[in-house]
Amino acid sequence: MAQEGMNPAADALPPEGWRGIVDDWATDKQAFHVPWGKAMMWIFLLSDTFIFTTFLTGYMNVRMSTAVEWPNPSEVFALSIFGQPIPLILIAIMTFVLITSSGTMALAVNYGYRRDRYRAAALMFVTAAFGAIFVGMQAFEWTKLIEEGVRPWANPMGASQFGASFFKITGFHGLHVSAGVVYLAVGALKVLRGDYERRGGNYEIVEITGLYWHFVDLVWVFIFAFFYLW
Amino acid sequence: MAYVAIADRDHHLHDPDTFITKYIWSQDHKVIAIQYGVVAIGVGLIALALSLLMRLQIGFPDLFSFMTPYNYYQYVTTHGMIMVIYLLTALFLGGFGNYLIPLMCGARDMVFPYMNMLSFWVYLLSVIVLIASFFVPGGATGAGWTLYPPQAILDGTPGSDWGIVLMLVSLAIFIVAFTMGGLNYVTTVLQARCRGMTLMRMPLSVWGIFVATILGLLAFPALFVAAIMMTLDRMIGTSFFMPALLALGETTDTTGGSPILFQHLFWFFGHPEVYIVALPAFGIVSDLLSTHARKNIFGYRMMVWAIVAIGALSFVVWAHHMYVSGMNPYFGFFFATTTLIIAVPTAIKVYNWVLTLWRGDIHLNLPMLWATGFIFTFIHGGLTGLFLGNVTVDLPLSDTYFVIGHFHMVMGVSPVMVLFGAIYHWFPKITGRMPNDVLGKIHFWMTFLGTYAIYLPMHYLGILGMPRRYYDYGQTDFIPDSALGVNQGITIAAIVVATAQLIFLFNVALSLWKGKRADSNPWRATTLEWQTPDTPPKHGNWGPKLPEVHRWAYDYSVPGDEADFIPQNHPIKPGEESLRVAGASRK
Repeated sequence: MAQEGMNPAADALPPEGWRGIVDDWATDKQAFHVPWGKAMMWIFLLSDTFIFTTFLTGYMNVRMSTAVEWPNPSEVFALSIFGQPIPLILIAIMTFVLITSSGTMALAVNYGYRRDRYRAAALMFVTAAFGAIFVGMQAFEWTKLIEEGVRPWANPMGASQFGASFFKITGFHGLHVSAGVVYLAVGALKVLRGDYERRGGNYEIVEITGLYWHFVDLVWVFIFAFFYLW
Repeated sequence: MAYVAIADRDHHLHDPDTFITKYIWSQDHKVIAIQYGVVAIGVGLIALALSLLMRLQIGFPDLFSFMTPYNYYQYVTTHGMIMVIYLLTALFLGGFGNYLIPLMCGARDMVFPYMNMLSFWVYLLSVIVLIASFFVPGGATGAGWTLYPPQAILDGTPGSDWGIVLMLVSLAIFIVAFTMGGLNYVTTVLQARCRGMTLMRMPLSVWGIFVATILGLLAFPALFVAAIMMTLDRMIGTSFFMPALLALGETTDTTGGSPILFQHLFWFFGHPEVYIVALPAFGIVSDLLSTHARKNIFGYRMMVWAIVAIGALSFVVWAHHMYVSGMNPYFGFFFATTTLIIAVPTAIKVYNWVLTLWRGDIHLNLPMLWATGFIFTFIHGGLTGLFLGNVTVDLPLSDTYFVIGHFHMVMGVSPVMVLFGAIYHWFPKITGRMPNDVLGKIHFWMTFLGTYAIYLPMHYLGILGMPRRYYDYGQTDFIPDSALGVNQGITIAAIVVATAQLIFLFNVALSLWKGKRADSNPWRATTLEWQTPDTPPKHGNWGPKLPEVHRWAYDYSVPGDEADFIPQNHPIKPGEESLRVAGASRK
């Protein structure tokens, strides 16, 4: 090894295999070639993933351990349209709205990279609007369930953990969406105002906001699968 | 903007100039570190006083008229919670993490200083909420530091009105504070190191703090969720953790919840928490031993991988805290196996510490005394861990003083040993003055010997079957009268050790006031924080030019070199490579 160190040619060749991967990752200054804010958002989302994972595993645990029958989600979350109950229709629309907002967010990121700040800001506002619509529909869904007598501590349709888990998980997710709407709106305003032009036209903030937004969407997909479809 | 702050610069940029921006709402990682340290030690003194009250009750029952079972359980709970979370976690990560990461990595500050400042103030809020729980109706919670439901929120448990709610809220606030700080620490280590500082050249202190912070970011969510669910159970009557049960002769309104779920969530946090406290201690003690034995750390790469392996394994052992809760025997088998596997990387670390000392030029100064003391207490605490990791051995011992002796030895005293070593080691850098040697040595010997006087007899009491968390033992057949004598001895030793901590406080005050002025590198250490242009380092740490790193952190007693240490920022000299073993510093 000591002899290798003396040979400049040996230093020039990058090591291969696992050693190479470790060396790549362990280079000086930075491990990931991304801005600080983006790296931090990734780490935060990893931590947040654990929060939602714990929420969902906790919910699955009480659902399996409770002795009382669990209500059938397709019946609870059915809406009557023209006298015909359609299962999960509201949830389907909500999911569609949220997935669409991810699409507009991706477009905003794209225009951010092109430094087209008006289009980027406009698309961020559209994304925020979709998010607000989602929260609005969630409020409607909550109202409907509360009118039917579902409470966090009681549930006329069966296990009381149904109401508790429902309000807790969708509530926590709804808070995330609401925070995202504010975050997007503030970010869009700053983009529109040209704050980032003064910082050398660096629109990475759009992508960082986007990371958060896509994460919140992804979490919803899991909530949808584990709470409504199970 | 952040990029400007870290680059080389030849003029001063926005240095804080008023008292408030410099010392109160400071965004400087060094000031934040000291703020964290002062608050953590302050709250730790409260926990120390509580432990003395408990010890006095056990050794000399009915000594104080205000001491009731009600108070006793409140003290047990608050003592445990403060020591584990508000003292050890906050001091290692908020205190030393904040101070050392930027200085050891060659950064000017944390990547997001404003968030770092918020982290401290939110932490302070969590401490205030915790202390406030003593002053609300019913007082602090007495549910034990694990806060197991259902008893934690049922009438009859101390503090079931307000105390438990404030405790849960305080924990949630602490987690928010930790997350803000922790994101900063991880991002700074990953993204803001100076030129030449590869991950595999970082001092082990930074490695320990770094991996511990990642553990925290992944483990605290479980506690956060558990705290939210239990607050809901308590406040609005959900039944996440509450089964249908009979309490005080009446059936509760709850039905169908799972108390075991709380235990799983709590220990999914709780076990990594042990390593959140231990890994920074492992890292820091490696640096202390290497520096003061004037020898490179033995097996640096292995030490790093051991830290990473322990961190990863710590997520799959949590249910060994729940053997007595009852579980599927296969689960017990699984968790016993993973628990014992952790002993392998841990033993590697212990061997490497001892081998670092082997034939070293050992300077038995203050930091070194504490570091070697740590090796003793850690081995003893670790060995009893092997007993408790096995299901069949754990079952009879779990609710006895054996467990108290074990975890105080391994995750109480051992990290505290390192904390004191670290405080004495970095005191000259933080304050610019040397700590008083004589007082420090008295402090060490009283604490070290006192520790054994306290905790060794507890193992014996545990094997006798003396149950823990009891307020009074009364007349019990299986506990001989001599056990009371042992308990009195333990209590006296505890008072002596607590007095020794007053010597420490006096030493800090005296040294701050009249201590010998320290030069910039009194221990002749290699790591970057000792190479700053000013001592204590000024805002921005490095003056106009950032340091550049050319070697690993452990070039002590390099053969052929005149000085017995070469700082990390000294370039490799011509022909130096050929003198070295295995090219360890080349990378």
